[in-house]
Amino acid sequence: MTPPLLEIEALRIEFPGEDGQLVAVKGVDLAVEPGEVVGLVGESGSGKSLTCRAVMRMVPEPGSIAAGAVRFDGQDVMALDKKRLRDFRAHSVGMIYQNPFGSLNPVLRVGAQIAETLKVNRGMGREAARKEAVALLDRVGIEDPERRYRAYPHELSGGMCQRVMIAIATASSPRLMLADEPTTALDVTTQAQILKLLAQMRAEEGMAMLLVSHDFGVIAQACDRVAVMYGGHIVETGPVETIYHEPEHPYTRALLNSVPELDSAGNVRRRAALAGHPPELSEVIPGCVFAPRCEHARQDCAGIAMRLERVGPDHESACPVRPYAGAGARGAAKAARVEA
Amino acid sequence: MSAATVDAGTLPRPRRRGVWRRIKGWPMSIKVGVGIVGVLALAALLAPLVAPFGPNEIDPFALLQSPSGRHLFGTDDTGRDVFSRTLYGLRLDLGLCLLVTFVPLPFAIVVGALAGYFGGWLDMIVSRLADVMISFPFIVLVMAVVAIVGPGVKGFLIGVPLAAWALYARLARAEMLIVREQPYMLATTALGYSKWRAIFKHGLPNVARPCLVYSTIDLIGNLILLAGLSYLGFGVQPPTAELGGIIADGQGYLLTAWWISTLPGLVLVLLGVGIGLIGEGISDRGLERGGR
Repeated sequence: MTPPLLEIEALRIEFPGEDGQLVAVKGVDLAVEPGEVVGLVGESGSGKSLTCRAVMRMVPEPGSIAAGAVRFDGQDVMALDKKRLRDFRAHSVGMIYQNPFGSLNPVLRVGAQIAETLKVNRGMGREAARKEAVALLDRVGIEDPERRYRAYPHELSGGMCQRVMIAIATASSPRLMLADEPTTALDVTTQAQILKLLAQMRAEEGMAMLLVSHDFGVIAQACDRVAVMYGGHIVETGPVETIYHEPEHPYTRALLNSVPELDSAGNVRRRAALAGHPPELSEVIPGCVFAPRCEHARQDCAGIAMRLERVGPDHESACPVRPYAGAGARGAAKAARVEA
Repeated sequence: MSAATVDAGTLPRPRRRGVWRRIKGWPMSIKVGVGIVGVLALAALLAPLVAPFGPNEIDPFALLQSPSGRHLFGTDDTGRDVFSRTLYGLRLDLGLCLLVTFVPLPFAIVVGALAGYFGGWLDMIVSRLADVMISFPFIVLVMAVVAIVGPGVKGFLIGVPLAAWALYARLARAEMLIVREQPYMLATTALGYSKWRAIFKHGLPNVARPCLVYSTIDLIGNLILLAGLSYLGFGVQPPTAELGGIIADGQGYLLTAWWISTLPGLVLVLLGVGIGLIGEGISDRGLERGGR
């Protein structure tokens, strides 16, 4: 078997606190195969964005990667020297962000910003870079690219800014795209268009993607595989279909059940919201981090180690209690409840 | 807000426009300000051509004449044409003040921006030095320099940049603290750009805008300062024509020949208003552009 394109092992990210280190990411393992789209889903503060940024060694100050390994294509990212790290960021990985307006420099024309990447990272000449930038704008679905080349970010809509960001991020044909909540700031229609564009880029370039989102809808639409994060741990991982229909971990199930759904008559059904709040960074919870909010928590939950255990083909969960084992599809359980 | 956020396909017209159309899009304050400053600057620049008399041309038969067609601003006690002297004075004032305001500006911005970006010991040194300069009353500092190097333009040319850099450096530093946290600066790291590219290509243009707006206010301040120093006898020395000096010359005749002090004074005020309007317009436009 070929090694995965991206391999994160026992990643631990710490922030200095008043009394000792605060641990934001507590030993995350994650792999992305070439061409695969992996979703990272969880509430805010679960450590999903940090994990994403750790891939580029861009954990915001004063945080730091305390332990663990990040390997890209078999190469240890943590061991790269300054020059190699810049090279790696420039060529191997692209990144897009939640706020498409803020991610573009407000005082430079968008075309110039794309051309800059081409000049700096691909060594293109001025005129070649300009032509290529226009072609890139065209490729990400911006109409009249010649004219938009000269636009400033504030003259474009959020969706268009995100398209420009995608153009910049894909300018040097990266093999992995890190997308940190790329559609969160956009309205639903634009969201769908951006996801479609990302899927198209993936098909054309064979690019793998790590998609971070708090929105299960977005994840379900775009991903092959999902990892669910809670309190700095990955609590469940598996193929998107499996996770969506037969979630094993109580947190995943609660997360999915909290999404409002339409019933057959078209009425919005408010689902049960998860009680309590995600753990603070300073809270140290022994055993299972989700236990304080879990309706299936038992006394020995405080003693278990947060370790992913295999529960099905390519499906792992960190809950040894397995309250839903063999319960079948989530939809079926719901239907049964409606009948009762 | 003519071309604010417009959705796909509805952008009204190409970005490429003629110079004239671009000027039409300016806010009214900039138009008026540029008009005033333009006329005054042009008159100052072309003073040798426009002025009807030399700045120190004495006419013993036309002492203290009130404004007329021949002497627009009248004449002073030695029969010099006040209008001509005002034009030459404006020329000197504008030239010196532009020099003293805009030559140190880029250095101050770069120093401040670097301090803001890197922090640490560099920031310590720059900030403390700036604190020292700012805690001195500006005019006292300039006058102290004048006291050391002696009266004349030299004191002004050394004293003002010595004190003024601190304000710009501080402003640029504060601005850089905000800018460096912006997602587009993060994006430069993610793209593998060098630190220097991030600072100079992406940081500085964003940092410079508030400094440029402030520099227009500063320019007015420097005009007043130079005129004030000269008025007090610390700046440009008579008989060289300079607005403050002319005002001082006419002071003794304020009741009998009001024009000698009043009319050059009004020109100075008008220039200040014009520059102020431009500055205000630029800062408004900055907000409109989606700056903060």
